[in-house]
Amino acid sequence: MAVAGAGRLRRAASALLLQSPRLPARELSAPARLYHKKVVDHYENPRNVGSLDKTSKNVGTGLVGAPACGDVMKLQIQVDEKGKIVDARFKTFGCGSAIASSSLATEWVKGKTVEEALTIKNTDIAKELCLPPVKLHCSMLAEDAIKAALADYKLKQEPKKGDAEKK
Amino acid sequence: MLLRAGWRRAALFVTVAPGPRPTVPSRGLRLSVVDDAPQSAVPTDAAAAPEAEVGLRPLYMDVQATTPLDPRVLDAMLPYLINYYGNPHSRTHAYGWESEAAMEHARQGVARFYKSRKKHVITTQTEHKCVLDSCRSLEAEGFRVTYLPVQKSGIIELKELEAAIQPDTSLVSVMTVNNEIGVKQPIAEIGQICSSRKVYFHTDAAQAVGKIPLDVNDMKIDLMSISGHKIYGPKGVGAIYIRRRPRVRVEPLQSGGGQERGMRSGTVPTPLVVGLGAACEVAQQEMEYDHKRISKLADQLIQKIMKSLPNVVMNGDPEQHYPGCINLSFAYVEGESLLMALKDVALSSGSACTSASLEPSYVLRAIGTDEDLAHSSIRFGIGRFTTEEEVDYTVEKCVQHVKRLREMSPLWEMVQDGIDLKSIKWTQH
Repeated sequence: MAVAGAGRLRRAASALLLQSPRLPARELSAPARLYHKKVVDHYENPRNVGSLDKTSKNVGTGLVGAPACGDVMKLQIQVDEKGKIVDARFKTFGCGSAIASSSLATEWVKGKTVEEALTIKNTDIAKELCLPPVKLHCSMLAEDAIKAALADYKLKQEPKKGDAEKK
Repeated sequence: MLLRAGWRRAALFVTVAPGPRPTVPSRGLRLSVVDDAPQSAVPTDAAAAPEAEVGLRPLYMDVQATTPLDPRVLDAMLPYLINYYGNPHSRTHAYGWESEAAMEHARQGVARFYKSRKKHVITTQTEHKCVLDSCRSLEAEGFRVTYLPVQKSGIIELKELEAAIQPDTSLVSVMTVNNEIGVKQPIAEIGQICSSRKVYFHTDAAQAVGKIPLDVNDMKIDLMSISGHKIYGPKGVGAIYIRRRPRVRVEPLQSGGGQERGMRSGTVPTPLVVGLGAACEVAQQEMEYDHKRISKLADQLIQKIMKSLPNVVMNGDPEQHYPGCINLSFAYVEGESLLMALKDVALSSGSACTSASLEPSYVLRAIGTDEDLAHSSIRFGIGRFTTEEEVDYTVEKCVQHVKRLREMSPLWEMVQDGIDLKSIKWTQH
């Protein structure tokens, strides 16, 4: 009895002295604190990571960014005969915000037509993820990736236009 | 009495029985068990939160940024915070005398260059930002500053230093151990060159004091900077060693009551100074043991990581290197995303995302690291209180997350397909 009481007292004292007991453990690590929980969620459970067959006629591949800048995004879309995007995959070399932006981009393009996908703006992505000003370029790159993928798809649809590879 | 003894024994039994994880973190350094399941980021009521969460904090692997206070240092400081609170400059009573006596252990003075006719200063490109910043403000005042380049190993070329010394060079400043890559500069040789050419030699030894043996006479050091919080001492205090023979004259930065022989006015903060002195004393005792233990842990960390992952580069010379500061570049994985993955370990990165601009670390640029590798670098700091368990955990998580991030990386995919990344024309943005 006394032992249990002492234990509770010890826990309370240590909680008071050592740290705020109200914060869950994860919020104590610095990078997580700077990120909105949506960014962390996209990072921990990324949607649509992977690759589609880039030689297929229905697949458009967009590769944007540069390793020297610390940000490279590859976004691929698969479009059906009616012009609707049925599948999307991404791979990113970049910080948490870049990964989240590209993951969100693949989520948003799915189910849209090629024309609708062109209307996705970087400001929408940034607002959805609550990106701080210093990370806005990640959302811009995601928008560029979508546009590059759509452009590549359009190029492939051109009848016998020669090399459809975008490199 | 028998009953009480029995109760006590029963009580002992109760506390020792394995149950939920211990809730009191020992000295704030250990992470007993980490719950990997994604938790709700919404702060829940403390009463409803599982008991284990109260004790969990990230592992600390960033000792180059700052170090925890050594308990022995705290023991040394406490009396001066509670009992012996006299002003060390009070001449007339015991409080002042005892405080002054304590202060005599670690002399402190903040100095400035003596602005004589000599107007040339030599430093390196990989100095700590504070030194580079001071040099920049000297340039604004009319001094000429030469920033020596470093080789790929991070060490300066001694011949270049000799060539750079001119008749009006007053000071050479080279840090002993680099805070980002852990490289040790050839201080003894530099000291030799400087003393033969009659130039003052300053070294920023903040990361080196108490960790590697330093002898100001053998190495012919004229001025040496020491930082309290890098050697398990308190924050807010530092020291500078200023040679007496041959005399180094310095001009005070702040004017006032003339304390510290006129070199740094202002009441000396006795508790902090006692802490610094105690930290140095403890460091002297523990240096050999710490160095051996840290070397062993560092070797373990590097071997395990290199064995489990391909394409990992260690930045900086592997021989002339302080083992506790390990800077590794994980190719095709961006540094900040890896830090985010290793959320249970406090680490630091040389990548741009962790700085306000998009520029990666200037130290890595100075040693000629490719820009994309510079974005992929992580600094592991191993210190006096780092345990083998912590290192193993860090390695395990690091390997796991690098593999996962490489699966998500288009660069890794391209390399696996045999594409040479250097041949691609990237888009700019």
